[in-house]
Amino acid sequence: MAKKRVVTTTINGDTHEFLCQPRQTLLETLRDVLGLTGTKEGCSNGNCGACTVHLNGRPVDSCLVLGVEVEGAEIRTIEGVACGSHLDEVQEAFLEGAALQCGICTPGFIMQTESLLDENPNPTEDEIRFYLAGNLCRCTGYDKIVRSVQCAAEKRQTANVGDH
Amino acid sequence: MRPFEYARPQTEAEAVELLSDHDGKTAVLAGGTDIMNLLRRDAIQPRRLVDIKHISSMQGIRQADGGVLVGSLVTLEDAAESPLLAEHRSVLQVAHAHKAIQIQQAGTLAGDLCQLPHCWYFRNGYGLLGMENGLSMAEAGDNRYHAIFGNRGPAKFVSGSRFAPAMIAWGAKVRVVGPEGEEFIPLEYFFATPKTDRQNVTVLRPGQLVTHVWLPSRTADIVSGAYEVLELNGLDRPQAAAAVTLKMQSGIVRDARIVMGHVAPTPWVAQEAANALIGQSVNEDTASRVGDIAVAGATPLSMNGFKVQMARAAVKRSLLRAVGQLDEALV
Amino acid sequence: MAEREVTWGPRGSHTLIGKEVSRIDGVEKASGAAKYTNDMNQPGTLFARLLTCTHAKAKVTRLNVDKAKAIAGVHTVYLFKDIGENAECNYDGELVAAVAAETADIAEDGVRAIEVAYEVLPHVVDEQDLEAARAAKRLKYDDDGKEVPLVDRTVGDPDKAIADADVVHTGYYGIHTISHMCLEPHGAHCTWDESGDGPKLTARHSTQAVSTTGPQFASQFGLDASDVRVICNYIGGGFGSKFAADIWGWAAAQMSKDTGRPVRLMLDRATELKTPGTRPSGFANVTVAATKDGKITAWKSHHWGTNGPQGGTIDGNQMPYVFDPPNKHVVSQGIATDCGPNRAWRAPNHPQLCAITDTALTDLAAKLNMSPVDLYKANLDQLDDTAKENSKLYAAELDRAAELMEWEKKWHAHGKGGNGPVKRGLGVALHRWGGQSVKCSSEVRIFADGGAQASIGSQDLGTGTRTVIAMVLAETCGLPLEKVKARLGSNEYVYGNPSGGSITVGSVTGATRRAALEATGILFDKVAEKYKVDAKTLSLGDEAVWSDKKKVCSWKDACRLIGPEPITATGPSPVADGLTSKLVGGVQMADVSVDTETGVIRINRMVAVQDCGLVINEKTAKSQVYGGLIMGIAYATNEERIMDNNSGRYINADMETYKLPRIGDIGELIVEFYQPDSEYNRGVVGLGEPPVISTGAAIANAVANATGVRVPVLPMTPKRVLDALAQA
Repeated sequence: MAKKRVVTTTINGDTHEFLCQPRQTLLETLRDVLGLTGTKEGCSNGNCGACTVHLNGRPVDSCLVLGVEVEGAEIRTIEGVACGSHLDEVQEAFLEGAALQCGICTPGFIMQTESLLDENPNPTEDEIRFYLAGNLCRCTGYDKIVRSVQCAAEKRQTANVGDH
Repeated sequence: MRPFEYARPQTEAEAVELLSDHDGKTAVLAGGTDIMNLLRRDAIQPRRLVDIKHISSMQGIRQADGGVLVGSLVTLEDAAESPLLAEHRSVLQVAHAHKAIQIQQAGTLAGDLCQLPHCWYFRNGYGLLGMENGLSMAEAGDNRYHAIFGNRGPAKFVSGSRFAPAMIAWGAKVRVVGPEGEEFIPLEYFFATPKTDRQNVTVLRPGQLVTHVWLPSRTADIVSGAYEVLELNGLDRPQAAAAVTLKMQSGIVRDARIVMGHVAPTPWVAQEAANALIGQSVNEDTASRVGDIAVAGATPLSMNGFKVQMARAAVKRSLLRAVGQLDEALV
Repeated sequence: MAEREVTWGPRGSHTLIGKEVSRIDGVEKASGAAKYTNDMNQPGTLFARLLTCTHAKAKVTRLNVDKAKAIAGVHTVYLFKDIGENAECNYDGELVAAVAAETADIAEDGVRAIEVAYEVLPHVVDEQDLEAARAAKRLKYDDDGKEVPLVDRTVGDPDKAIADADVVHTGYYGIHTISHMCLEPHGAHCTWDESGDGPKLTARHSTQAVSTTGPQFASQFGLDASDVRVICNYIGGGFGSKFAADIWGWAAAQMSKDTGRPVRLMLDRATELKTPGTRPSGFANVTVAATKDGKITAWKSHHWGTNGPQGGTIDGNQMPYVFDPPNKHVVSQGIATDCGPNRAWRAPNHPQLCAITDTALTDLAAKLNMSPVDLYKANLDQLDDTAKENSKLYAAELDRAAELMEWEKKWHAHGKGGNGPVKRGLGVALHRWGGQSVKCSSEVRIFADGGAQASIGSQDLGTGTRTVIAMVLAETCGLPLEKVKARLGSNEYVYGNPSGGSITVGSVTGATRRAALEATGILFDKVAEKYKVDAKTLSLGDEAVWSDKKKVCSWKDACRLIGPEPITATGPSPVADGLTSKLVGGVQMADVSVDTETGVIRINRMVAVQDCGLVINEKTAKSQVYGGLIMGIAYATNEERIMDNNSGRYINADMETYKLPRIGDIGELIVEFYQPDSEYNRGVVGLGEPPVISTGAAIANAVANATGVRVPVLPMTPKRVLDALAQA
């Protein structure tokens, strides 16, 4: 039997230390070891994006990463986006834009959108559709997701202008 | 997933040693985009996973020997954004067709070359050749996504690599290290068609590891193009693909390489079709004719005759794309 | 008690109803706080994994779980099958055993350690090949062994009508089986606890039916229904497949009982696709005849397909769909296949009926050199009994959809889709659905501190049920949305209907409106007595009680009159009081491009014009229509269950090869509600099913219009497009 390893990592700004077996994925570790179930399990094979988290600033499918791989890494999950019940611009835009229905794909789409807007604060519609093409939604309406991302970009830019 | 050991070498030598143990029943973990799937579906059962992501010599892209040396840890996104690869258009086109940022950011170029076939019989746990009771499941079963070339032997699957056609057309080589030292293998000869479940889809031997991919630099007279037939405008696998590299002189093709993908157990070089282009200009007519020649020898299985047309279209469109004549708005 | 008139009130008089309101559970969903069944991992929870049959038809000949039980961390093994009486497995993916362990990985070790062997039996999984099914004796037979159809229905004299017709079209059409592919799989987290005075079994169950699955758990375990608590606050998709406690729910409960630990059993992705139901297929030979003006005079169809081992197919009694020519002959036959069983799939039967009927009608129109819109209009006086009241509505919706699509400008004859390899075309189809409310209660309480709450043993599938309940309560009480509570997701509340068939919004809003009117009527009596006003003159709004246009007191002051016992009223549904109604129509149009060299279809624009009576929440209602369109695009172009005829297995049971559209695949979607006053006055009608029905046919018709070639079977994958073009 492969040995358990101690992994130290930063999740949403807090240091976490946990024990995990080599065969446990980051997704399983987040959800069932650390109790961070906001990150959803969809296909478990990198096709749906429901489990998207940021690993050292980059969006990854956490089902394709092992828990032991994240030693020393910085991870951001959906739980680290809102401040209490105060949603950020992307979450608010998804809520107001009815871009979420059953809600299982939502955390993944939001994490992916956060990355998109970090990289490209003013994306075109084509760029949005390209950047979110690894995320799958079964019930809502990709259409409303596109509109909500546009809206989030506007909100964020307005907020940034206000800051200066 | 089954239990396995996890190892994290810091050097190529350490990696080779770790990979050589357990009679070679080991596997390489880089981006994880394919192997995690294979492990979860129990399609492969390595006893040790060797995480190569911390080997610094395999990172980065640099100029070397009249070309570009791409480390095996370079992700698809890093490759696509590198100024050193900016003129290898066909490679960029394939990277762009990976329409999932999560995969572009995690997946590596070398990992793409080494990935195992996406045959559903293999992935559902019936071995690399997908055999049951001694019979090929693909031959008797649903082979819509299987090979239309090179499919007379037991291997009916198509090569999983998306970058190999473009890289072979460019004349790429891979740098391999192993228990017997270092070697450079032309990518064209890197792939193999297994005859048994114990054989592999590449010529890599136990303990060997691809550390770098080398591509020749582009000279001003070379153009390239790639085209993948994708059902979805999003994360999806091509059903046929082609890539071309053309040496042009005053609008006339002087040398040509045409390689098809997802049509055979290995990338499929269409030499006759390429030869037919020499001395010609590339236009709708010649591209169509070359597409016809490229698929002339196809031997489709019971359900995948449509792939012949797809491959023909991919060849034609990769040629037109190379010379900037493909109507990108339409396709 | 002050009688309050049971109506929705005049149109335009509302502060919430009919407005675009964001869902009230959106913060939980957007922040990751919402806990679904698959998120339940209370301390001590064991995780279960499944052993499933890998053959289409087989008998279990050996099943030894000793080695599995011996693994450290494995707590129990549950058998769905055993050697002997219960040894038959009828499809790939049928459950054989479950292992519960400390972690999912250990449970998987346990599954791998189970020694199982099968006697493999001959199978039939081909749903399209009628002759093969006949040869294998997989159709329906009478007592004498004679083959008999499921439906064989003749009206008028179709053969004569066909002989007399100006134009006759004959064609082959079909639509393949698909899975539900819920993003959250089926499953339950069960806790068995006999120590306290609470319910013995708590099932946190991913279900569309919290009020009706409890008794299914109870009877399985000899418990009283009151001993089972079912909880489902959030559910990650159901689409008609999550109405039952299910054998895996029972397994989770049994394993919890056996171990004294909570057990979470979710289907893995492959099993989720193979086992908990599919949408039946249908393939048809159709002959349809018409006068030269496009009046349909006769319909003949023979269709077959499968719904799995039962040997059914889509409903022959509703063929042809919507239109009802005077002469018809319909035959249907079901193939008993060794495939997974069927379950209701969003609008059962209708998408398939539409994909066979409306495609044939468009081809008939092409033969008549007519636009299909004109063909439809020529036949609006011969609609079937269910749809016949929709005649004017369809005419109006066709006109509006045509405007939104720019139909007149873009329309061209079949096959004139352009000279290049990529052809463009238009298609149209229409649908009907019932959507009538059913038995459901809502309990409204108003408290002395001003709090108001409605609770129903209902569930919110993501459709916005929680939100519409809250909206109706807030509207009726004259309160802002955030000052009322809507509770659902537990069978401890009053009975709520299972959510399927577009019946929920009418049921819960009708019941809540009635309960809220009754509760506020009781409040009015108290206000009338205290403030010496006539209760009949009272109304609510802006957090106050009004008499005519004068403020009597604030809502809070009024509620202070209530005392320690809250006002409680329970509203029933359905009641024929005008709050709810039934029957919707709906028209959809598609503008697509077909790449004739690669077979790839791209959606340019979809238009959906949909009626649904009075719209409670325009925002969530529209989401239903967008969602329907996207699911329609999926089954029209990409998604299908692929059964391997040779091995009998479901070979694309993963998200890589079970293809679904991505955000770049849906084109521009235009959604509009058709809601003149006449619609508003009908009251609430359900909306979940209708928008998914005609999408497939509309897209198929657009492909035919673009290329001049009918791609007969959905989904129109590149393979089917290229195969059809090659044969043309």
